[in-house]
Amino acid sequence: MKTHLSALCLATALPAAAVAQDANTWSTIERGLYLTRIGDCAACHTVEEDAPYAGGLGLPTPFGTIYAANLTPDEDTGLGDWTADDFHTAMSRGIRPDGTRLYPAFPYTHFTYVTRDDTDAIYAYLQTVDPVRDRVPEADIPWPLSVRTAMRGWNMLFFEEGELAPVADKSDTWNRGRYLVEGLAHCSACHSPRNIAGAEKDGAQSYTGGVIEGWFAPSLRDGTGGEGLGDWSEEELADFLRHGRNGRTAAFGPMAEVVDLSTRWLTDDDLEAVVTYVKDLPFDAVDAEAPEALAADDPTMTQGEDIYATQCAACHGIEGDGIENQFGAIAGSSLVQSSNPRTVVRMVLEGARSVPTDAYPTPHAMPAFDWKLTDEDVAAVTTYVRNAFGNAASPVDADTVADIR
Amino acid sequence: MKTLPERDVVIVGFGWTGAIVAEQLTLEGLDVLALERGVWADTSTDYAVNNAQDEVRYRYRDELFEDLSRETLTFRNTTDQSALPMRMLGSFLPGTNVGGSITHWNGQAWRFLPSDFQARSHNLERYGEGIFGENMTVQDWGVTYDELEPHYDTFDKICGISGKAGNLNGEIQEGGNPFEGARSSEYPNPPMEMVAAPLKFAAAARELGYKPFPGPSANMSQAYTNPLGVQLAPCSYCGFCEKYACGNYSKATALTTIVPALMRRDNFTLRTGAMVLRVEKDAQNTRATGVTYIDSEGQEYFQPAQMVVLCTYITHNVNLLLQSQIGEPYDPSTGRGNVGRNYAYQAMSGADVFYDDFAVNPYIGAGALGQVIDEFNGDNFDHTGLGFIGGGYIAQWQTNGRPIEHHPVPEGTPKFGAGWKKAVRENYNHTIGVGAHGAVMSHRGNYLDLDPTYKDAYGRPLMRLTFDYKPNEIAMSAHLTEKVAGIARAMGGREVKVSEMKVPYDIAPYQTTHNTGGHIMGETPTDSVTNKYNQSWDLPNLFLMGAGNFPQNPGYNPTGTVAALAYHSMQAVRERYLRDPGPLVQA
Repeated sequence: MKTHLSALCLATALPAAAVAQDANTWSTIERGLYLTRIGDCAACHTVEEDAPYAGGLGLPTPFGTIYAANLTPDEDTGLGDWTADDFHTAMSRGIRPDGTRLYPAFPYTHFTYVTRDDTDAIYAYLQTVDPVRDRVPEADIPWPLSVRTAMRGWNMLFFEEGELAPVADKSDTWNRGRYLVEGLAHCSACHSPRNIAGAEKDGAQSYTGGVIEGWFAPSLRDGTGGEGLGDWSEEELADFLRHGRNGRTAAFGPMAEVVDLSTRWLTDDDLEAVVTYVKDLPFDAVDAEAPEALAADDPTMTQGEDIYATQCAACHGIEGDGIENQFGAIAGSSLVQSSNPRTVVRMVLEGARSVPTDAYPTPHAMPAFDWKLTDEDVAAVTTYVRNAFGNAASPVDADTVADIR
Repeated sequence: MKTLPERDVVIVGFGWTGAIVAEQLTLEGLDVLALERGVWADTSTDYAVNNAQDEVRYRYRDELFEDLSRETLTFRNTTDQSALPMRMLGSFLPGTNVGGSITHWNGQAWRFLPSDFQARSHNLERYGEGIFGENMTVQDWGVTYDELEPHYDTFDKICGISGKAGNLNGEIQEGGNPFEGARSSEYPNPPMEMVAAPLKFAAAARELGYKPFPGPSANMSQAYTNPLGVQLAPCSYCGFCEKYACGNYSKATALTTIVPALMRRDNFTLRTGAMVLRVEKDAQNTRATGVTYIDSEGQEYFQPAQMVVLCTYITHNVNLLLQSQIGEPYDPSTGRGNVGRNYAYQAMSGADVFYDDFAVNPYIGAGALGQVIDEFNGDNFDHTGLGFIGGGYIAQWQTNGRPIEHHPVPEGTPKFGAGWKKAVRENYNHTIGVGAHGAVMSHRGNYLDLDPTYKDAYGRPLMRLTFDYKPNEIAMSAHLTEKVAGIARAMGGREVKVSEMKVPYDIAPYQTTHNTGGHIMGETPTDSVTNKYNQSWDLPNLFLMGAGNFPQNPGYNPTGTVAALAYHSMQAVRERYLRDPGPLVQA
């Protein structure tokens, strides 16, 4: 893929208007491949490795299961008879050629920001993949939401169509980052909390962390401790997105897949743009009352310390500093100190696996401890790691562990 | 039988050497396929740090070892006995699955001495023909230490070996092994942190005038990233190395050094559950055409290939040659034929030192955590009048204090019951073992052939192993054991229990997984199976990796040399053979 990547750098470096506008040119299709990766389309639309973009993945939502569409150019079951206009309408307005509305599990709320030029390139690429004849199941959504016109009301409340106007006093790099992060990359789909209607919360609450597939996707804002990436350097964030690791931690769970399918493909310029934009997300410490660390002689802490010493310290170190690029550091970890302890509890219970990349080919894994530790044990050790080594975060109780288990 | 599309290279067996060969040949853009009889296994999935240390599962229920109900060997000490099948693993523990036997090694990562590679000519020159006992079939390797040195160096760096050089480009270094061949560079990692027992041994050895040094270790003394970008983590000294997979990414093995990088290469394919039954050759007997294998559902396939590389455990490599009728089987009565000839092993003995108060905390261990002296190895000492050649190193390795396996007790302790329990309790934390790791020289009566009676699950005759310790080993081991006892007595304990090498050789108790020979390398086709590049003399597109290439077995652990020979072979393949596929040495 190296040759593809360098070709892409070339293609994306040119202003879009300067590229010949024949949708079938090699460079357009390659750009479409790149953008399809940045959109992480395969995460939902590819289930079988040998049938890319044939759809069929069931996405469990609080409202029912929605199945990702077949994007291959099969005429009956895929996008074979769609035009570029049709595709753009689906991307920018969430409406199919037959007028039915898509559920916002397909993130048209983000893809509406994608330029016509870019949706054309994605369309051109998708028309080149092997057609797969496979009808995906209808969404399993109860009435009245099963009436797709109901989405009209949802859209009135939560959807604003249209591209982003550049922010004049920000750099081109920042604006490019915003275009990617808010648009194709749709980072806030996981990293923002959602309201009762399933819509992402916006404004100051966006990017403050969200629950996805039972994991807590941490805050990307500028706070520190459990409140964001404030103490990550730009280089650390870039390493994380490109290589799945940095000196602090490794991507695992859904983010491991995002790195593998999407962010590792970012060109140098786009990676810089994404990092610039994310590192500029402000932290609004309005109701943030910095938690105080539990006392080291608290009984839960001493119980947790014993468990940590026997079960955890061999990899994560007696001082919680981990092994750079191999075993995550617990000291200072935003994830460990997240206001929502779901992820750290889940990691202890079921383990986690990092994603192998060219820079870090070994998929280091944290083993599962659910068979070895009781709810009380897990509560104690997670409370301990949230409050030892300079960390400070709310304690975890056994009921919380039982709920997550 | 189905014929599959031809590959550039087919590798049989995917352990250390399979991974090295695949890594090297994929660099050339070749389409490389590895066939492994076992299943996929890796540290992240299979050897979690919270269950890797399970003695029952791994040591006593053989989880990492080969399944004798499918293939085993028969054994006898001498040709006048009837061989019986080995139905339980004992003396040695060949592995299976992706990663091979090396997944469960200790990590003692040695180089052989320069003189080891010229065992015949060197000893002949120094001592004369009389030094070789009757029927000893010791011979030179055809390759020299100097030729292998760059490849030892490559391997050290792939693994991140911990140690201290004793001879850097000819300059003797304080604190290392002064007898070793010249190294082109220092070890990639510093020695491991020493604990009480090896320090006690080193102090006594130094007192006696020896020069102890830290053992070369594939257990990481610090975090390490190898030239392939693969990372290893610092050893946690948990003491579960040999017979276990490391759960901490801390022991260099195929799985922790090469496989993660190799699996990302598009021109490499690994097929598991593929048991190779034989190598196929053309009608003119000039080249291998591929291999026949059987999958886990019993379907047979012919896999054609331009080049075949056998990377199975040594007995299986020899077996494949014999089953495929490649080369002439060795006949001990005439001395003719080379396939199966010069099987050798290791001569192990030792002593335990028991203390009243001195605590050693044996559970703080690692497979290659130790101190060693090399005064009595190879030809590092004058053998005049001793009646043997070769030798071995003497070491204190603090490998483990595993509760089921490790319970040293003094002489005279009851074998079970309250007296035994009391002795275990009193001595567990107060015993230091010292071991001698001795050479076995090749002998006319030690060899591998096909058993006339017993067959494996595939209907093929079993391998038959005929082996015993001969006068050279017996004399050498007695000499070494006496030196071991001398150091042990100088270590200040309450009492010393000496364990001599057991003669005749007994295949039941575990000794070491250092089986060698059977497809030995050499200078001419008349006395060897492969040339110095591990290339078959008979079929030039057939290569054989592993300790089967050793003409005799020196007094060190074999892994470093097995790997160096593989890199040496692959360099010749990459630089010469691929341009002009034919014999790399003219017979």
